[in-house]
Amino acid sequence: MELVNEQQNKAETSTTPMKITGAEAVIRSLIAEGTDLVFGYPGGAIMPIYDALYDFQDQLKHVLTRHEQGAIHAAQGFARVGDKPGVVFATSGPGATNLITGLADAKIDSNPLVCITGQVGSHLLGTDAFQETDVISISMPVTKWNFQVTKAEDIPGAIAKAFYIATSGRPGPVLIDITKDAQFAELDFQYKKCQGFRSYIPKPRLDFEKVEAAAGLINQAKKPLILFGQGVILSGAENEFKHFVEKTGIPAAWTLLGLSAMDTDHPLNVGMLGMHGNYGPNKLTNEADLIIAVGMRFDDRVTGDLSTYAKNAKVIHLEIDPAEIDKNVKTDVALLADAKEALHALTESVSPNEHSEWLAEFRSHDKIEQEKVIDNELRPTKEGMTMGEVIRRVNEHTNGDAVVVTDVGQHQMIATRYAKFKQTKSNVTSGGLGTMGFCLPAALGAKLSRPDREVVAVIGDGGFQMTLQELGTIFQTGAAVKVIILNNQFLGMVRQWQQLFFDKRYSSTELVNPDFVTITKGFGIEAQSVDARDNLDKGIEDMFTHEGPYLLEVIVEKEDNVFPMVPSGASVSDVRLS
Amino acid sequence: MKQVYTIVVFTENKIGLLNRVTSIFTQRHVNIESLSVSDSEFPGIHRFTIVIEQEQEKVEKIAKQIEKQVEVLKAYYFKDEDTVFQEIALYKVDLSTIDNKESLFQIIEDHGAIQNSTIGDLLIIEKTGHKKDTHALFEALQPYGIIAFVRSGRVSLSRYAASFSGHLEQFELHSKEIITNHN
Ligand SMILES: Cc1ncc(C[n+]2csc(CCOP(=O)(O)OP(=O)(O)O)c2C)c(N)n1
Repeated sequence: MELVNEQQNKAETSTTPMKITGAEAVIRSLIAEGTDLVFGYPGGAIMPIYDALYDFQDQLKHVLTRHEQGAIHAAQGFARVGDKPGVVFATSGPGATNLITGLADAKIDSNPLVCITGQVGSHLLGTDAFQETDVISISMPVTKWNFQVTKAEDIPGAIAKAFYIATSGRPGPVLIDITKDAQFAELDFQYKKCQGFRSYIPKPRLDFEKVEAAAGLINQAKKPLILFGQGVILSGAENEFKHFVEKTGIPAAWTLLGLSAMDTDHPLNVGMLGMHGNYGPNKLTNEADLIIAVGMRFDDRVTGDLSTYAKNAKVIHLEIDPAEIDKNVKTDVALLADAKEALHALTESVSPNEHSEWLAEFRSHDKIEQEKVIDNELRPTKEGMTMGEVIRRVNEHTNGDAVVVTDVGQHQMIATRYAKFKQTKSNVTSGGLGTMGFCLPAALGAKLSRPDREVVAVIGDGGFQMTLQELGTIFQTGAAVKVIILNNQFLGMVRQWQQLFFDKRYSSTELVNPDFVTITKGFGIEAQSVDARDNLDKGIEDMFTHEGPYLLEVIVEKEDNVFPMVPSGASVSDVRLS
Repeated sequence: MKQVYTIVVFTENKIGLLNRVTSIFTQRHVNIESLSVSDSEFPGIHRFTIVIEQEQEKVEKIAKQIEKQVEVLKAYYFKDEDTVFQEIALYKVDLSTIDNKESLFQIIEDHGAIQNSTIGDLLIIEKTGHKKDTHALFEALQPYGIIAFVRSGRVSLSRYAASFSGHLEQFELHSKEIITNHN
């Protein structure tokens, strides 16, 4: 059984053969794929690869995180803001199992990752050898593809295939598990990039009849609504999307991962969908007569109760993954294709239009939300600080040009609701999996991917303590990440649910926290804590003017809630403002 | 309405693919009634035949998720009336404990089963048929003492002329013109 059929796999880049070890082949293959940075953590079963890396440090930098989970989240952050997949090294056994959360996160959020794990020698497979774990079986449901290599000569082909699969079609994480003997053994190395294999069709061919059918629906619609997701960003279709929205004049609302695909201040950007999304798009989804979903997957956090969701609307779904069509919401016209291509064709076919009355309905909902929710959040008059006013000040500093990385919880919803974005690939958050602990390492990865950009990490006091050891990596790399801890001394989002749906029975959600400033300084990173509004401007100013990494803790109101809210299981039009 | 569906999957011949395919059922809490894996008419391509009892909508979604796996070429699903299918069952009885052997042989004949082999006093009976047929024989043999029983997974072919080979050509064609997605 051959990994890669030579006829199927035509050469693109090809090097003349040379005899090297499997471990060196790993390094040379990564370099051939354009990788210049790897996140990882060494251990017995991957030592030959680390040893080979030693000779290539000028071409392939390695970031030693403090935990394998940190490595994979950093690789996710790296991939999300840049244009290369994230690459991760981990050893067998516990090293490999520590990757699982990150793999699951990357799978559900479609992040391209290539993870390489060491494995015990092939003669030991199945003997319960020291640090042997069946990572292929464990990672199967959380990888787009995985493969175990037991022969050195299979390494280049496996890595070529891994890169191809991770980055093409709907991207995702792949894992290559390499036995130690395959790392030591020699092979005739020659690298050919993978350009396809027969069982995998990454881009379905666009059906132009469907484009016409979709254009027909769009031209007739009186109350159309566009829902856009990360697919716009993943296909690099931001411009095509903007043209489409502007030509049709249709209001466009984003999913959590669609955020930053379109300028947050664009007049046709009507805000966020879903559980803590904006009032207008939630309320008006059920009035729309046409939903045009672009590169999004109708997650339950977006749709609420499906049986009452968008029942007055026909549905057009632009999507690259056939398995997403009709998965949650029945489609009238499915445009199976890469978003860039589909949007381009669709924009050509639709008539220019305006929907000013319909848009005005969004504006009047905005007004209600502004008065009932937003003003209090962004410009509070009460004594305690809100998370929103912190984000407002961040906006004033960054002007919408920063990468904002968030963890999971109330601060995540506040930050994504209120952060301004002018540039694409600027919102990094754990959407589908909701992984606490994601933010700090992801922000590190984002900064290393785009050192030219300001990277702001917004984290809760709970989530920060899940991966705070990565402050060590931030210190060692000097990555100038600006970390804001919004400290409400609670697992805030869970507390909010306890307050609203469990009779205020605060079961195990109160945190007695350590001194975050002392901890951060212990890692060699500058930090300060702000507990009064009068000091907030200065705190933010200090953070941004400081040259290296910086941590700012802001003590916010303990028991604030995030609104609007669509209670779980309710219809989107039952969105609550308080 | 739940009914019996046969999902037929064509895959590359790769280690672990069975695991990947079955975990799609596990994730959705769907029980697999029967499963068989074999080669197909195409060299290097394996054929999975999976029987489940589900609503059509769920079956369709499962088939799509299976087809999404990068080493799966194609997944189809069929209702029973669209296929010709069979299973094979083997039954082991001990002739030394059976007084009325004639009636046993008569039952075997009536059910269209055959005496596959005898090993000493042991008789292996073989019956090809649908589950209800092999089950009927099981019931009929029970009074004689069944020492062991096994039924194979279903094998199934569709009733239609259209075949997977057309798709295969498309795949081969496609794989020649693929361009990578990341620039
Ligand atoms: C790894 C993990 N465990 C548990 C949860 C469930 N959970 C979701 S939000 C949340 C509270 C987060 O608290 P904190 O980090 O302080 O942020 P806040 O909500 O207060 O802003 C918890 C426990 C999760 N999302 N991820």
